[in-house]
Amino acid sequence: MTIALETPTVIRKPRGPVIEFCRQQPLGAVSFVIICVMMFAGVFSGLVAPYDPLAIDFAAILSPPSWEHWCGTDAYGRDICSRLIYGSRTALVIGFTSSFIGSSLGAILGIASAYFGGRIDNVIQRIMDILLAFPLIVLALVVVAALRKFVLGGVDVNLIFAIAIPIVPRVARVVRAAALGVRVMPYVDAARAAGYSDSRIIFRHMAPNVVAPYLIMLTAFIAQAILAEASLSFLGLGVTEPTAAWGLMLSGNAADFYREAPWMILFPGAMISLAVFAFNLFGDSLRDFLDPRFKV
Amino acid sequence: MLRYVISRLLYTIPTLLGVAVLVFFMLRVVPGDVVEVKLRGDGGTVTQEMVDNERKRLGLDKPLMVQFGEWMVGVVTLNFGNSMWTERPVMEEIRLRLELSLQVAIMATIIAVFIAIPLGTMAALFRDTWIDYATRIITIGGLSIPSFWFGMLIMLSLLAFFNWLPPITFTPIYVDPVANLTQLIWPALAVGYRYCAVVARMIRSSLLEVLNEDYIRTARAKGVYEKLVISRHALRNALLPAITVIGLEFTFLIGGLVVTEQVFNLNGIGQLFVQSVSRNDFTMIQGMVMLIAAFYVFVNLAVDLLYAVFDPRIRYT
Repeated sequence: MTIALETPTVIRKPRGPVIEFCRQQPLGAVSFVIICVMMFAGVFSGLVAPYDPLAIDFAAILSPPSWEHWCGTDAYGRDICSRLIYGSRTALVIGFTSSFIGSSLGAILGIASAYFGGRIDNVIQRIMDILLAFPLIVLALVVVAALRKFVLGGVDVNLIFAIAIPIVPRVARVVRAAALGVRVMPYVDAARAAGYSDSRIIFRHMAPNVVAPYLIMLTAFIAQAILAEASLSFLGLGVTEPTAAWGLMLSGNAADFYREAPWMILFPGAMISLAVFAFNLFGDSLRDFLDPRFKV
Repeated sequence: MLRYVISRLLYTIPTLLGVAVLVFFMLRVVPGDVVEVKLRGDGGTVTQEMVDNERKRLGLDKPLMVQFGEWMVGVVTLNFGNSMWTERPVMEEIRLRLELSLQVAIMATIIAVFIAIPLGTMAALFRDTWIDYATRIITIGGLSIPSFWFGMLIMLSLLAFFNWLPPITFTPIYVDPVANLTQLIWPALAVGYRYCAVVARMIRSSLLEVLNEDYIRTARAKGVYEKLVISRHALRNALLPAITVIGLEFTFLIGGLVVTEQVFNLNGIGQLFVQSVSRNDFTMIQGMVMLIAAFYVFVNLAVDLLYAVFDPRIRYT
């Protein structure tokens, strides 16, 4: 996708967009730092994590937080801190890819819907209405039930699609509204008069002008996707053992140890909340920065 | 008015039909069904013959279109067939659990709305003061903290402070209100937090918008008490968009319940749904999906009608 890479002209200010963003949106800058730290931990998990996340150590079962195990260990003696670090890889990979696939598909459908109008618009909108009749997590569960388990290269592909599909209609609706404004611009008429193909007009002329809502929705839905992945894994229908994933760490026997090992519950949940918080806040700040009038 | 309601109800038919087609065929695109889960769970050797017999018994061997037709005929007469797992009627299984889930949902709504309205109003009136910032932190927390983890935190604190855990068995509220409330107030709080955050944010932003309107200035200029300006002039108008959010989020509570019921070990709709998904119980999933979609459609209609009640400018003809 090239549309994600192009910078909208609005933010081209003399000081450079990044510095300007940090100055205008200090909270956004903070959340951006949190996201960067998580991405670093996710990419270089092997270097950052003190232990192997899968290493079972029967001598250290359920040990409380200490200098050796910062966040304690779980029922198999696995180091929770290391599992949290590897878990950020799982969360970010699934969060990014599913939000990217869902938002991109939604954006294309939204623009096409606005561009063609008429019957095509109607059909697309009705299908989106059908998909919108469900809470995100319910639709994701239905897709999980439909796709069964499908793992490719250590990544749960079924999970990515299960989370991406509910995102599509939500993005499509917002992008369509923005694209309807672009549709009436003289340059679109000019492009049509010049005889450009529909796909060229959609991708080269209209898409760059709805990048702002697209980016805002993309970040906001990374938060939703991380939350959905954690929820599905918690329910035992997402990532499966022994992979390190935050939601999975809260499920199953974690609840049996409320009394003995509260750290098994506290830390993974705090990580989910922190990740979702950071992406929500970043999305909010991005919205205020790129397009203050825009409402989700 | 009546004509409007009827036409709206007619419009829901294609949507619900679309939902039915979508869920039915989506579940059957990839091979694999309830029979495999069932027989695999029993252990021992499973012959192809056993699988075929079971499929035949459940009607899974018929052509897809025939299966779909039979199911649709049932749906139209509100008969969703039997669960492929327990073999009891789908409606029966849902009815058994609906009371609990509905009560949690309603309690969550009440808690959320009663906290959200003052919270959002205060945040808007004291914009950019510490009250506003505190509200923002609380509401962003509500959007970020997963409701199931919040539920776990509630359980942990109950254990830590009172050395007590809520009862696991469900007692209807008309049998023993105390036992009922001590069990269900916690999940209601857990899912209500997010709900409250969403509504409070909406009220804050719409109230800020309304406070800039000319009629607010007029009201103040003619000497109306500030309290009345806020409650009669500003809040009444600011609540309109909030009603939409309250309605939408109410239907989405089922999403929160799906996960949170697991934490509190509640035998409700959400848990039934998760079980059905992990068992590939097609008829059960289909039935529940249809009900959720229908619920969504009707709550939306109710919200639109409520609009007319709160805003005399809106007339449906």
